[in-house]
Amino acid sequence: MNTSAPPCAVEVTGLSRTFGSKLALNHVSLQVRRGRVFGLVGANGAGKTTLIQHLLGRLKPESGLVRVFGFDPVEDPVAVLSRTGYLSENRDLPAWMRVDELLRYTAAFYPKWDMAYAEALRQQFGLDPRAKIRTLSRGENAKAGLLIALAYRPELLLLDEPSSGLDPVVRRDILEAIIRTVADEGRTVFFSSHLLEEVERVADDIAMMFNGQVVLTGTLDDVKESHHRLILRFDAPQISPPKVTGVLSITGSGQEWTAICNGKREEAMAAAARVGGRVVAEESASLDEIFVAWAGAKTE
Amino acid sequence: MQLHVSTGDGVPIYLQIATQVKYLVASGRLAPGDEVPPIRVLAHQLLVNPNTVARAYLELEREGVVHKRHGSGTYVSDAGSPLARKERLKILAERVDALLAEARHLEVEPQELQRLIKERSQSIQPKENK
Repeated sequence: MNTSAPPCAVEVTGLSRTFGSKLALNHVSLQVRRGRVFGLVGANGAGKTTLIQHLLGRLKPESGLVRVFGFDPVEDPVAVLSRTGYLSENRDLPAWMRVDELLRYTAAFYPKWDMAYAEALRQQFGLDPRAKIRTLSRGENAKAGLLIALAYRPELLLLDEPSSGLDPVVRRDILEAIIRTVADEGRTVFFSSHLLEEVERVADDIAMMFNGQVVLTGTLDDVKESHHRLILRFDAPQISPPKVTGVLSITGSGQEWTAICNGKREEAMAAAARVGGRVVAEESASLDEIFVAWAGAKTE
Repeated sequence: MQLHVSTGDGVPIYLQIATQVKYLVASGRLAPGDEVPPIRVLAHQLLVNPNTVARAYLELEREGVVHKRHGSGTYVSDAGSPLARKERLKILAERVDALLAEARHLEVEPQELQRLIKERSQSIQPKENK
């Protein structure tokens, strides 16, 4: 049993799930270590929300294993949900409640609810306690959802596309909440996003998903250090992208082309040389470029 | 301490922080003995992961730019260290590179540029030092 604390907050092993004929999750494996910020990156429809639904026990694995703090979310939802603060993508809060009612209502579910902290967050977020949820703006709605996910100081904060469709001020509040959560010792954040700039700022570890598959997972530093941007120069203008084997992507025009490669830079340089390309510059690739390169490589 | 991080260009954020602190020290905007912000404070200010700030500080500590005082905070080390001088020269080297590139563009030979630097240097020196 769970007598000693498992090192992982979340452990997913070989998880698969189909919806009709669509393979929504295809042998997904990842580990979220305690006290870390984990960013799940993927395009819309890559399977991020489906994965998160499994972590919450709302979907039962067709095959594979899901553990949150060592518990099975389907078998033991109380153990999982009492440790987890969740902000859903569509923030389905009861529209007819007032903000203060929402706080009291949510507090009733959580023995560890911290009323003083909730009140401090409410003031910080500028939410009127007497405002009805349905009258809140999109940003206020997100803040209300974030407030009730934070106010019982969950061990795991689970955020599904927290920033999508929000203005920079609200996004800042959300990033601050993530940073504050990990700065408090031992707590863990798992969030999905397609805003790579935010992922790069706050994540310790990442996973990239395409079409239900995790193609890449590791620490953000390792991912960034293993990917290189090579600028290739050709003696003659190339009409179509030169075929350089072993690179994830190649873009450009004329005599200069940019290749993104994963790890094997010597091989990539040799492959470029075979088709007449010289490496004139080598730089580290941004997360954005890495993502786009993988997206292209995975949909070809 | 005002720093700025950007995510577009591929330079790791911890390196951006470390480089900018070094620049502030080398340029004198951070003086020896000044305290740099605590990790959490800077993480909040820059909206980056606290571990990233910790890694930047560790890097700076390893290079002798800052040092930790037990139980208090992190402070800028003595600017007389060889590193600070190395960093100052590095900053200048970047300027010199840009100058050389421009000179080449304007078809001015390096020897001629050297003469110009010497000339300008003499002309801006205070009179009593001449």
